[in-house]
Amino acid sequence: MLKLYEKQIFSRLLLGTAQYPSPAILEGAIESSGTEIITVSLRREMMGGNSGNKFWSMIQSLARHVLPNTAGCHTVKEAVLTAQMARDVFATDWIKLEVIGNHDTLQPDVFALVEAARILTEDGFKVFPYTTDDLTVAERLLDAGCEVLMPWCAPIGSAMGPLNLHALRSLRGHFPNVPMIIDAGLGRPSHAATVMELGFDAILLNTAVAKAGDPVAMAGAFAKAAEAGHAAYHAGMLEPRDVAVPSTPVIGKAVFS
Amino acid sequence: MDVLVRGAGVAGLSVAHELWSRGVQVTVVDPQIGKRASWYAGGMLAPYCERESAEQPVVDLGQNAADWWEAALPGSVSRKGTLVLAASRDIKELDRFGSRTSHFEVVDETAIATLEPDLVGRFRKGLFFTEEAHLDPRHVLINLVAKLVAAGVSFETDLSQSAECGFDDIIDCTGYSVTNENLRGVRGEMLILRTADVSLSRPIRLIHPRFPVYVVPRQDHTFMVGATMIESDAAGPITARSMMELLNTAYSLHPAFGEAEIVETGTGIRPAYPDNLPRVTAQGNTITVNGLYRHGFLLAPAMAVQAATAILERRSEIR
Repeated sequence: MLKLYEKQIFSRLLLGTAQYPSPAILEGAIESSGTEIITVSLRREMMGGNSGNKFWSMIQSLARHVLPNTAGCHTVKEAVLTAQMARDVFATDWIKLEVIGNHDTLQPDVFALVEAARILTEDGFKVFPYTTDDLTVAERLLDAGCEVLMPWCAPIGSAMGPLNLHALRSLRGHFPNVPMIIDAGLGRPSHAATVMELGFDAILLNTAVAKAGDPVAMAGAFAKAAEAGHAAYHAGMLEPRDVAVPSTPVIGKAVFS
Repeated sequence: MDVLVRGAGVAGLSVAHELWSRGVQVTVVDPQIGKRASWYAGGMLAPYCERESAEQPVVDLGQNAADWWEAALPGSVSRKGTLVLAASRDIKELDRFGSRTSHFEVVDETAIATLEPDLVGRFRKGLFFTEEAHLDPRHVLINLVAKLVAAGVSFETDLSQSAECGFDDIIDCTGYSVTNENLRGVRGEMLILRTADVSLSRPIRLIHPRFPVYVVPRQDHTFMVGATMIESDAAGPITARSMMELLNTAYSLHPAFGEAEIVETGTGIRPAYPDNLPRVTAQGNTITVNGLYRHGFLLAPAMAVQAATAILERRSEIR
């Protein structure tokens, strides 16, 4: 079981809600993934309108924990403001903090990220920072009051899978007790299994599911892979060896020649 | 034996035409004839391209759209296909697009230049959907009203309740409504550019990370660029961000769009059911055609045929 800011979570997968072919398919993907936490991005342009936004009502009717994010924010001020708006709209003090530093790679601006994290934790937010796999930045985020980390394993939406296994291992090794969720860059279930086998606590997916040929089936596939990787990590895996080791003992074998 | 069609957007007018062509007496009522979400549509009849983000029924229902429009308004449909292009940094996205869709040819720089001479040297690779078509929505809406008026269909801007009671059947095609709890509004923003420095002969679809952007050539050197997809029913003017993204896309297609005049910007609210697929539903003597989402001109013919058939079948049962 996973504990995120005192909340007990059983599922190992968090799901983003953008880019699905339809709300009905999004709902199907949420069901088949078994996720308990869904992320939603707050865009100012969605706030207008006169029907109290039916898309949000649909999301709220799914009865999952909502983790609002600050996607698309490029400055500390923007991110803090978006977080405050999200707290009002979704009635939660959880916030997935994203401060983008580069338009093309959607790389986090880690300096602004740490600053925004400090401001938001002081304001009572429970911050889930979207960060790189950098150890020092992770340390600063923990100093700033974050109790959960969300490192990328590759750029958002790139589907490249874990690019730097060494950095991910080192991150896990240095902070064995901090819940860590791999946030971005997963493309296929084997990627999810790989990072879960490294001992990460959960994964967050969006594009890999939403843009799949069959998002509902893909959400289920990822959930199984994450679960498999998690179970394998705790079951103790064999390390690779250079020579073959027979699984049946040779001694005592009948000799017919 | 009269039928009242509520709503004179693309859905209502298609239904009216279908009923009229089958010999049914029709009246259409709408306070703003023509000026519905469909007024801001792109007018692509592109079922195969749409499959990239839509489900299979959109392809199936859209198969006969071009023929239906051509039969209703001869000369209105241009069958020149759709060209899908990507900026060089997004070229891998073309493969993904291709894996989701069918009925296209992969075209290289030379083939692109043959199809669209003004794009010579600008794109290395594209997908050409040869069987697709497009039309000019505003021409079609205006000409369809004119044709139906000439044929004796009456158009009203307002009808009293007692007048409505005089009809045997009602077909509701009023699109997005706040009170229908199954429908949601999806905002779409578009703009119209004018430049004589570029000509295109078919809709160009550019790969965009968030929504499909089309640049559609229209008369008098104008081009429709659209459309955003935003989960909101706010009908206010286009936002700076959306305008910037649409203009960026047009500019990346051809730098001459940077010098174009912005003739118009517009916002429409698309009606959508939770699965983004259209429905024909019946309750009492009212049939509802709704949820055409971003596929108005593509799906209206199939929906009109379904609605008209439903009415005629019911009548033959009553008899």
